[in-house]
Amino acid sequence: MKAKVYVTIKQNVLDPQGQAVQGSLHTMGFAEVEKVRIGKYLELELDTNDRSEAEARVKVMCEKLLANTVVEDFRFELEG
Amino acid sequence: MKFAVLVFPGSNCDIDCFKAVEDTIGQEVDYVWHTATDLSGYDAILVPGGFSYGDYLRCGAMASYAPVMSEVVKAAEQGKFILGICNGFQILTEANLLPGALIRNTGLKFRCQQQLLEVVNNGTAFTNQYSQGEIIDIPIAHGEGNYFCDDATLAELEANNQIVFRYAGDTNPNGSVANIAGISNKKGNVVGMMPHPERAIDQILGSEDGKRMFTSILNAWREQHGAAING
Repeated sequence: MKAKVYVTIKQNVLDPQGQAVQGSLHTMGFAEVEKVRIGKYLELELDTNDRSEAEARVKVMCEKLLANTVVEDFRFELEG
Repeated sequence: MKFAVLVFPGSNCDIDCFKAVEDTIGQEVDYVWHTATDLSGYDAILVPGGFSYGDYLRCGAMASYAPVMSEVVKAAEQGKFILGICNGFQILTEANLLPGALIRNTGLKFRCQQQLLEVVNNGTAFTNQYSQGEIIDIPIAHGEGNYFCDDATLAELEANNQIVFRYAGDTNPNGSVANIAGISNKKGNVVGMMPHPERAIDQILGSEDGKRMFTSILNAWREQHGAAING
């Protein structure tokens, strides 16, 4: 089974990288870009067929290590 | 008094911390590898700066789950003195020994410079040799030292006098909330700070204002143990 994990910066936390990228896009002429937020995407290969177990365990992985919930949100999808 | 300097793969201020203990207070000090599972022989633990685990994922994230960290948690509960400097501060927040998080500097630049700090709380075991409100000169060197916490946590830090150092005046180099440069836990025995006191122990290094952090720790320990106070 595969887990696709998305870690994003919380809305109330400043994302200076995203702002810099937005600035570059504006310089390039993409004036319609109102906001850029940069996050992380992780793919985990899991040696299990038990979907509910995988869901519970990936959630713990996210809470404990993959995301810092002080400044980040996470969501994930399971495939296979 | 016996100090441990933790060493993670990628630590690079461990030798500076070790030498600072030797040179400023002449106490016993050991390097302790991140796989160690017993810190019971130490009175103070220094978590040094660097790029533990290459700063992969997030600064300090993986180090916070190294085997030695459960011993650090135990030592914190026992009231031992724990000081995290730079990456060490990031590790202590990731390990939930200190509140908040350290994120990318607002200017996106790695800031490496002398920095003026205000001693906001001189009542801790780490700052008792400074005067309240004293302005001191300690270098910084970080790309992710922007301290963040939510409003409720900030109110709690202020109410409990947990803000130990602030960047002085309008010199905030990284966008930290409330100009925070260093904080303590509620009990006051765990402190994390982005500036490097171990790099400011001799005028030849540009400043010796960091020296008194080490003499503070020794004084606090001697007071606790009823030994003669080092004047």
